[in-house]
Amino acid sequence: MRHALSLFVGLYGLWLALSGHYTPFLLAIGAACTAFAVAVALRMDVVDHEGHPIHLGYRIPLYWCWLTIQILLSALTVTRIVLSPRLRIDPVLETVPSSQKSDLGKVIYANSITLTPGTLTTSVTADGLEVHALTRRGMDELKQGGMDRRVTAVEGES
Amino acid sequence: MIVDILSWISIGIGAAFILVGGLGLVRMPDVFTRLHASSVADTAGAGFILLGFMFQAGLSLTALKLVLIFVFLVFTAPTASHALAHAALLDGIRPWTRKPKDPAP
Repeated sequence: MRHALSLFVGLYGLWLALSGHYTPFLLAIGAACTAFAVAVALRMDVVDHEGHPIHLGYRIPLYWCWLTIQILLSALTVTRIVLSPRLRIDPVLETVPSSQKSDLGKVIYANSITLTPGTLTTSVTADGLEVHALTRRGMDELKQGGMDRRVTAVEGES
Repeated sequence: MIVDILSWISIGIGAAFILVGGLGLVRMPDVFTRLHASSVADTAGAGFILLGFMFQAGLSLTALKLVLIFVFLVFTAPTASHALAHAALLDGIRPWTRKPKDPAP
């Protein structure tokens, strides 16, 4: 029920942001449409902790801030590689251990890896994530597990 | 005036990142390394350009919509990259690697 309520609030907020017209009639229509969308989602049984992870709470925006900095740093690293006259790449494809318990946590970790330039998740296996890295150094940095620990902390007890 | 300058700087940085992404796309040897290059344009390039647009939009609904564009981009871009890389691996493409006699830099 909490998930349905927060889905309603989220969808209605999105509707308000995209509409920009605030007459009583349109507000009522928007609420009706949102309620219908939530009802359909409930019927499809997709309103749960995975489709709508409100339990992550305040931790996920903090994690996004940290991730943004990481993305900028690795974007600069890849930029330097691309612009160097000798293409200094040394691609590796290896399995990186992941310590997340839930599927949601694994998805967050895998997506974060792919989002960071220079590393790319190709597959999720039983013992971790298969990652393609542009350089051996990028792979070593990933294997030190800083991002893995942070995602596990974001995941929390669930 | 200051907003205009900030906006120009931001759009310039974004354009530079996208240029780097395109250049990398041409220089890299195989599909996986090319995906790394394009992810620079996806994240840093698009991010800085949208930030520049936001300076122009000011505090308005338009800025909020630009934020939403960025959010959707950030959720969909890695999904597309992953799908592409996964499909390439399934299709039997072996990632390009540096030859042993050609030592890593």
